[in-house]
Amino acid sequence: MLYFARWKVAAILGVILLGVLLTLPNLLPRSAIPSWVPARQIALGLDLRGGSYLLLEVDLNAVVRERLESLADGARTRLRQANIGYLNLQAQPAANRLTLRVREPGQVQAALAALRELANPVPVGGGATAPDVDLASEPDGTITATLSEAALRARASGAVEQSIEIVRRRIDETGVAEALIARQGASRILVQLPGVEDPNRIKDLLGRTARMTFRLLDENANMQAAVPPPGVEFLEGEQAGTRYPVRRRIEVDGANLSDARAGQDSRNGEWVVNFSFDSVGTRRFADITRQNVGRPFAIVLDNKVITAPVIREPITGGRGQISGNFTAAGANDLAVLLRAGALPAPLTVVEERTVGPELGADAIRAGLLSLAVGAVFVLGYMGLAYGLFGWFANLALVVNILLLMAALSALGATLTLPGIAGIVLTLGTAVDANILINERIREEVRAGRPPVSALEAGFTKASGTIMDSNLTNLIAMACLYVLGSGPVRGFAVTVAIGTIASMWSATVLVRLMVSAWYRSRRPKTLPV
Amino acid sequence: MFLSRPLFRIVPDNTQIAFMRGRVLGIAFSALLSVISLGLAFYPGLEKGIDFRGGIIMEIRTPGPADLGALRGTMSGLNLGDVGLQQFGDDSTVLLRLPVQGEEGSTQGAVNAVRGALEQVAPGARILRTEAVGNRVSAELFANSLIALGISMLAMLAYIWFRFEWQFAVGAIVTLVLETTKVVGFLAITRIEFSLTTVAAVLTIIGFSINDKVVVYDRMRENLRKYKTMPLRQLIDRSINETLNRTVGTSMTLLLSALPLALFGGDALSGFAWTMVFGIIASTSSSIFIAAPILLFLGENRLRRGTEAPAPASPGASGSATGR
Repeated sequence: MLYFARWKVAAILGVILLGVLLTLPNLLPRSAIPSWVPARQIALGLDLRGGSYLLLEVDLNAVVRERLESLADGARTRLRQANIGYLNLQAQPAANRLTLRVREPGQVQAALAALRELANPVPVGGGATAPDVDLASEPDGTITATLSEAALRARASGAVEQSIEIVRRRIDETGVAEALIARQGASRILVQLPGVEDPNRIKDLLGRTARMTFRLLDENANMQAAVPPPGVEFLEGEQAGTRYPVRRRIEVDGANLSDARAGQDSRNGEWVVNFSFDSVGTRRFADITRQNVGRPFAIVLDNKVITAPVIREPITGGRGQISGNFTAAGANDLAVLLRAGALPAPLTVVEERTVGPELGADAIRAGLLSLAVGAVFVLGYMGLAYGLFGWFANLALVVNILLLMAALSALGATLTLPGIAGIVLTLGTAVDANILINERIREEVRAGRPPVSALEAGFTKASGTIMDSNLTNLIAMACLYVLGSGPVRGFAVTVAIGTIASMWSATVLVRLMVSAWYRSRRPKTLPV
Repeated sequence: MFLSRPLFRIVPDNTQIAFMRGRVLGIAFSALLSVISLGLAFYPGLEKGIDFRGGIIMEIRTPGPADLGALRGTMSGLNLGDVGLQQFGDDSTVLLRLPVQGEEGSTQGAVNAVRGALEQVAPGARILRTEAVGNRVSAELFANSLIALGISMLAMLAYIWFRFEWQFAVGAIVTLVLETTKVVGFLAITRIEFSLTTVAAVLTIIGFSINDKVVVYDRMRENLRKYKTMPLRQLIDRSINETLNRTVGTSMTLLLSALPLALFGGDALSGFAWTMVFGIIASTSSSIFIAAPILLFLGENRLRRGTEAPAPASPGASGSATGR
């Protein structure tokens, strides 16, 4: 027990050295470390360095609604082509389905066949795919097309993935460094923006779907009618009180844009957004403008008409300009949104936590002060209450904290204020193992054992208890990590790592120190 | 070197306190405190923090001393519900609270409205901190926290059951419930906000408390094997006394690390740390007065079947079933 093979001693010292090496980069500024050194630093959490944490929720209902609407559009076209009469075509987003009734029950099979072609394949795992719509019919000619579970899942997942990509692009455009964007749960996106004190502009940018479409107006529509004619919708304009009869058919989509930049119109100095289409968009836009010279078309952004100019001549160069009473910032934001692309569904900020840099600095100061005072208290208590073995434990405790920092650095973990609290508490819990061992040794000495045998018995008998009692801490921290969120997770991580490190440093390391001390001094009695 | 010897001992050697004698009183007293605590949880109730209640908190620093009256007037005019305003630290820092808004989306609308109004009533004021939590998120955080607490208790139950006998597990869980309810009472009395960090404190206390019980139980298991004929009551007393120094020592070091957090950790940590301090004291005393005595009720006849029969006839005292 007290004998350590030479390689074991080397391994123990090696672990400590590794700990020092991994911790060192934290003492240097990032820029002082050459890029070829694989060094990692502990990142400070937003509560310590200041910044903004946003939790966004993807409106998955909108995704379902959109799919059902496109299904309804497709159904209208197909059934008309197949000369099948139908009634009551209805999308029911709440039930994830579309219903209609075929007039002639004899045509139900034909209608089903036509509708089946509208289904898109979705992956169902194992490389297989299945149609995303389940069709069912009843004897009276009622047909229901329900989106399958797999389809809903695939669609939701796709929408969230795509949203993350768009969110990333939009934030990149704003120039925020080191933004962290990650998926959370089924429908949420977590965004961390270090150093951002006023996240309003970013929230603004993320709050817009930015779906831009180019569509034609229906000049013959009666704007006073309560219901727009089929295939047309009444949309409001940017200016209050304006309404336009816009055709539902999308001629060119914003997805076909290749670039968009804010600029000033050379004639009147107004702020505009200049855009250019990719090759597909250029071709389509050229066709549309050629066929519709003299007619108005609308540029629609998120169901609002930004502008509805009359086409004076065919536009074949694939370039255009949007003017709509923009301010400089407005034009710039729109350009950013168009460049980054449209979100597949609206996003809502469901949680925001923003901390300014002063409060972060205050928090660091408070955390470090607590750490220092806690260290003095615990080290002092251990030394005074347990003597030499207490000082050994203290040395091990310092190594324990070092290893904890090393592990956090190696993991690239984020240190939050609760995380600092976790380190401070680790001071208190880590010495538990040494207290157990010391008390045990003491008992063995009092039971009349000679020093060596008391030391051995102390370490051996206490080790089982140490294992048992520390596991309970780890269980509690695992529960906290899995179900907690944000900074509290940082606490769970530091306490868990601290506990594991203490199981090593308090037993192995202290045993090494005790053995070295015993072999050099050969004491007759133990200082317990 | 004088520092190489221990200078003091909290519990003198050969301490033999008959804890079992006060067991009925101890458990009754603890149960009473827990019942009162549960009552306090309903009236006046827990002060739920923004994590669990939702709503908006903004810390605002005005250029000069803040005019609370003007701020209150303007913010009330926004029709966002009851506006809470209080001075926070110095007189140019104000903490503004708004209740949770109806829909998820309207929370951000409210934040923007406050920002706008602030520009008007106190130009140059800066917002040091914003926390805005919608009602769906806060409900989830609350549910998750309760689940975490529940699961951790079940995990502890399972762990101790696996490592010891079921009597130990039941004893530990009953004690844990008694402790946790007292922490709830503590939160209700001190008006410390019940938030994610408080839950973290409670979970830490649960881990620490079971850790404490495991050490005492471990010693009882060892003694059950060592003193095959000693009456359970005496054996429990002996085990508690033998581990008393360790129990108090570990609680001391933990207290010594939690106290600085409570005193110097700032507003964000003080609630967490005071909860820890209370929990450490509660769990240490319950390790001594509750967890072991409960075993006497549960295990009077079962844990020590070998007492009546002569020792050779009962080689497997049940206490060693899971021993190593």
